[in-house]
Amino acid sequence: MTIKEGFAKIPTFFKWLGKDLKEIGITFREGGFKTRISYLIMGLGQLLRGQYVRGIAMLAGQIALLAFIFGFGGQYLVQLGTLGTRARITNPNGTVSYGDNSFFILLYGILTIVVILLYLLLWRINLKQNHEADQLLAKGKKLPSNRSDLSSLLNRNFDKTLLALPVIGIFVFTVLPILFMIGVAFTNYDFNHQPPGKLFSWVGFENFKNLFSTQGSGSFGTTFFTVLGWTLIWAFFATFLTYFLGMAVAILINKKGIKFKKMWRTFLVITIAVPQFVSLLYVGKMFAADGLVNTYLLKWGWIKEAIPFWTNPTLAKILIIVINLWIGIPYTMLIVTGLLMNIPEELYESARIDGANAFQTFRKITLPYMLFVTGPFLLTQFTGNLNNFNVIFLLNQGNPQSMNLTGGAGYTDLLITWLYKLTINNTDYKMAAVIGIMVFLVTMIISVIVYNNMGSIKDEEGFQ
Amino acid sequence: MSNVQAKEPKLHKIHSHNGIAYVVLVIISIIWVLPFVFLLLQSFRSYLTEYGGMVNYLLPKHFSLDNYKFLFSGECKFLRWYGNTLIIASVVSVLQTLIVICVSYALSRMRFAGRKLLMNIWLVLGMFPGFLTMICLYFLLKQMGLTQEGAVPGLILISVANAGMGYYVCKGYFDTIPKSLDEAALIDGASRARILVQMTIPLSKPIIIYTALTAFMAPWCDYVFASYVAFGYSDSYNVAVAMQRWVWTNDYQGYFTRFCAGGILVAIPVTILFMCLQKYYVEGITGGSVKG
Repeated sequence: MTIKEGFAKIPTFFKWLGKDLKEIGITFREGGFKTRISYLIMGLGQLLRGQYVRGIAMLAGQIALLAFIFGFGGQYLVQLGTLGTRARITNPNGTVSYGDNSFFILLYGILTIVVILLYLLLWRINLKQNHEADQLLAKGKKLPSNRSDLSSLLNRNFDKTLLALPVIGIFVFTVLPILFMIGVAFTNYDFNHQPPGKLFSWVGFENFKNLFSTQGSGSFGTTFFTVLGWTLIWAFFATFLTYFLGMAVAILINKKGIKFKKMWRTFLVITIAVPQFVSLLYVGKMFAADGLVNTYLLKWGWIKEAIPFWTNPTLAKILIIVINLWIGIPYTMLIVTGLLMNIPEELYESARIDGANAFQTFRKITLPYMLFVTGPFLLTQFTGNLNNFNVIFLLNQGNPQSMNLTGGAGYTDLLITWLYKLTINNTDYKMAAVIGIMVFLVTMIISVIVYNNMGSIKDEEGFQ
Repeated sequence: MSNVQAKEPKLHKIHSHNGIAYVVLVIISIIWVLPFVFLLLQSFRSYLTEYGGMVNYLLPKHFSLDNYKFLFSGECKFLRWYGNTLIIASVVSVLQTLIVICVSYALSRMRFAGRKLLMNIWLVLGMFPGFLTMICLYFLLKQMGLTQEGAVPGLILISVANAGMGYYVCKGYFDTIPKSLDEAALIDGASRARILVQMTIPLSKPIIIYTALTAFMAPWCDYVFASYVAFGYSDSYNVAVAMQRWVWTNDYQGYFTRFCAGGILVAIPVTILFMCLQKYYVEGITGGSVKG
């Protein structure tokens, strides 16, 4: 879906909303007493008609949601506008205790808004059920029995059974936290405004302005663009170097007449099998100032002093990309090996008869086919590399650090590792949230651009 | 093949090419395997008579099992950390696979209102960086008492709760199972639940093994969130959290060989498991990469 199509959907949405509101009215006008009373007490109509399973489910839902809104969430929702006004409360007996907690207010306020939306949805489903029952009865048909309602959960409505837990889990542990952090990006939540005991409050777009301000050498803007630049360079090289070299290795092993194909592949795959915290930490240490590489080069007299692999920004960047090949090539090799077998042998045969050499067949047959089928893979690799925390962090933690960069960032920090440092070391939650949103935007923009271009590739080529 | 044999002179050329190919392959293999040989060699260096830090030679002067003895002695909680990781990996592997199967079946086989919307929302959610929500997740877990001493179940909960979004590969595989099979079974009176359990799951063995394998391997590397949730409570550490301190903290000089020994103990079982199930892994990543 492109952005244009997204905007085109807005009028459709309002049309749908208008139709839905009209339907709610019609249901009320045409419905009997049982339907009308369900507007107030959900499920009562169903209960009165003998549909106990639906009725109890609806009523229980209504009671639970209302209890949540009025018993718990409401008090936070009303404070969402200010995020709390009293940091500390002086009790009548003179002791001081914590007052409003901005963290709770923001988190539970957002949760309450979602719960209210959920309440509306439940209410609408409830009306729909009543409407359907009215129509069935008007036609003189029987209503679905309680037993069939229950058994449909394993059959016609099996999707709801299957998806209930995953959807709730993702809501609580992904959606809610993300909404909360998006909120944090518009507040001043940091080390100086940490609840309990202190409040944080809304600041509008202040943090975003701060992120793009480039005044002074230690400003967020300079650091942000430095880190963003390296993140993109890293993702580009990490993706395409591993891709092409992995393809080369796969073609090499796949070559006619090469023996022990399985053995060669097994040697390479070892870096996928061994947990990265072992392999990357160890290899990172190999290149340290007192690591194996430097000490042996010194011992053999090849160098006079240790090569600053991890303390020189340029060397560190190159080394990270090179070591990442060690981790990344086997993945591409495995994938390409599987795909090479799909290319019809006749294509190569006829190319050979026409006198094409190995390089020409690669450029004209293998490469276009690979690019065509592995387009989605390249995209996920690229966005994965934008957020490749492990390689950077386990190798050298984003170092070397610099006084020119703010927020504890180093020259090999990606946005994601910088975000981590801002959260853990600097407790600068507001800027961490802003950077998280930036990572999201970068990922989305790249995905949309690539995805739209991939469609045109599909039209042109005829590999399917 | 017949084409090559027909042209006798070309055969020789191919052979000489292969000579270079073998040289390249041997060099590549050495680069890939050598660091692990180094790791193994250094893990045998004696901690007591030599030195546990970084030294300027590779072969230990005295072969010893000091470092391994240290790990199994009561001096550190290595067994506890290992157990924690094993528990997390096993439970997450089973539950995550179940959830992925459920979600994949619903999205692949059933058509319901909001299906596309749900998939699009999950796609967009996946574009947010994982560590963004760390403080909020920590707070949620803390409210449930699942941090510090409860970190192990806490980490399991987070992994399993978010497992549904990793359905792509499995759904892609389900999509290739002919729908006519489902329809025939439905006509015979089988319920959707029975079709999933008795037909789809047995037909999807490779992808289920792939899902379980990748889910099992991920927790061995989980450092960032695990260290945050278990903060300061060493009984709840996993191997990655515990052992990275031996390399990074200031006294790593004395603990480096112990890290090597621990790394070997972590790497061997995971590697063997991976090598045994490699076939399914290849099937999973190949299918997943093409369908995206």
